[in-house]
Amino acid sequence: MKRAVALALALLAATALAEAPRSGLAYQGEDIRRLQADDFANPAMLWAERGAAAWQQRRGTANKSCADCHGAAEQSMRGVAARLPAWDARLQRVSTLDQRINACTVREQGAAELPPESEPALALQTYLALQSRGMPLRVAVDGPAGPVFYIGRELYRTRIGQMNLACTHCHEQKAGKTLLAEQISQGQPTAWPAYRMDWQAPGSIERRLRACFLGVRAEMPAYRSEDLVALQLYLVWRAQGLALEAPGVRR
Amino acid sequence: MLLTALSGLALANDALEQPLAAGGDAQRGRAVFVDREQGHCVICHALGSVAPAGNVGPALDQVGARLTAAQLRQRIVDITQVKPDAAMPAFYRREGLNRVAATHAGKTLLDARQVEDLVAFLAAQR
Ligand code: HEC
Ligand code: HEC
Repeated sequence: MKRAVALALALLAATALAEAPRSGLAYQGEDIRRLQADDFANPAMLWAERGAAAWQQRRGTANKSCADCHGAAEQSMRGVAARLPAWDARLQRVSTLDQRINACTVREQGAAELPPESEPALALQTYLALQSRGMPLRVAVDGPAGPVFYIGRELYRTRIGQMNLACTHCHEQKAGKTLLAEQISQGQPTAWPAYRMDWQAPGSIERRLRACFLGVRAEMPAYRSEDLVALQLYLVWRAQGLALEAPGVRR
Repeated sequence: MLLTALSGLALANDALEQPLAAGGDAQRGRAVFVDREQGHCVICHALGSVAPAGNVGPALDQVGARLTAAQLRQRIVDITQVKPDAAMPAFYRREGLNRVAATHAGKTLLDARQVEDLVAFLAAQR
C-alpha cells in the first residue's frame, strides 16, 4: 500500500506540475474562502443575477432574448462553460464563452457587440458559468483546436516582459511560495469570472491574465486576442478534472 | 575543467568581474534592496534584519560569504547566465527580451549604480 502511494507520487512528480492540480482557492485566506462558499455573501453573485435578467431581455433588430432561442439556461447551458474554449464551426476558430455570447448577440439578436469587461458581458458570462458550477473542466485540444493549443502552451513557457519571467516560473516552479505577502497559486482558471478584492469588481479571466502580463511589464494582449484565447485553452487543458467554481472570489 | 566543459555556458558566465560603475555603496544598496520603486528584492528574498519579505528566492543572509562580488554582480545583472531556468528577473539586461511593454522597452530594471550599490550591500552580508 505504502509502496503504491510512493509510486503514484513519483509518477506525479514526473509530470509538468510537481504537484497535482489544485484550485487557486486552496491558496487564498480563510476570509476569501468563506466569501466564495456563501452565495449570499459572494459579491460576484450579484452579476449572476444581472445575467439571469439579461438572459430574458429582448434585444437588437431581431428583438429576441437568449431565452427565446435557448429556453431555460439551467438545462440548455449546463456544462457549456466547462468545455470552453473550443473549436467553433460557425466562427471557424477557437472561441471562448465570452466570444460565443457575443456571436449570438451580434448575429442572432442583431445587437451591438458587448464591450469586453462591460457589465452585460460579465453578467452573462457569470450567469452561464454558474450553470456549470461543480462540473469538471474538459476541453478538446486535438483536431482543429490543436494549433491554438500549441500557441498557448508556447506562450505559457516563454519568458516575457522587462522582468523576463514565464508563467511557468511563478505558477509551476514557485507555486506555494509568497511574493512579499501574496501566495502564488498554480494559476488555475477555475474561478473565473471572479470578484477580485483588488479591483473591487468582478472580472473575466482575460482581465486576470492581463494583470500577470502587466506584473512582468510585458505588453498586455488585447481582450479577445488570439494570444489570450490560446492561453485560456492551454490553461483549461492543464486544469482538466478540476471543478469549475465560478463565480469565484480572489484577493 | 571537465565540469566547465560539461555545463558549458552556465559556469563560463558564473561571474562578472568588471564593475558597471565606480563607488558601490552598501548603505544605498540596502535601500535599493528594499524600496518598491527600486530593486524591491524583498518581494522574493528575505534577509535577516530586513523585513517583511517573500520567499520565492533563497534567503540572502550570509550571501557575501557564499558568493564573490563578481558572482553577485552576474546574478543581479542576468541570473539566467548562471542558471538558465532561474525564476528571477534580469535586472541589467535590455537585449533579447520578449514582449516588453512599450513604456519599459530598451530600459534596464536597475541602473549601473544601483547594481553596484546592491553588490556592495550583499557582499557585506557575511
Ligand atoms: C511574477 C510572478 C507571476 C508570473 C510570471 C505570472 N503570474 Fe499569474 N499570478 C501571479 C500572482 C501573484 C497571482 C495571484 C495569486 C494567485 O492566484 O496565484 C496570479 C494569478 C494568476 C491566475 C488566477 C489564479 C486563480 O486561482 O484565480 C491565473 C489564471 C494566472 N495567474 C495565470 C498566469 C499566466 C497565464 C501567466 C503568464 C502569461 C502568469 N500567470 C504569469 C503571479 C505571476
Ligand atoms: C521574482 C523573484 C525574484 C526577485 C524579484 C529577485 N530574486 Fe534573486 N533569486 C530568485 C530566485 C528564484 C533565485 C534562485 C535561483 C536559482 O538558484 O535557481 C534567486 C537567487 C538570487 C541570488 C543568488 C543566491 C545564491 O545563494 O545563490 C542573488 C545574489 C539574488 N537572487 C539577488 C537578488 C537581488 C539583489 C534582487 C533585487 C535587485 C533579487 N534577487 C530579486 C528570485 C528573485
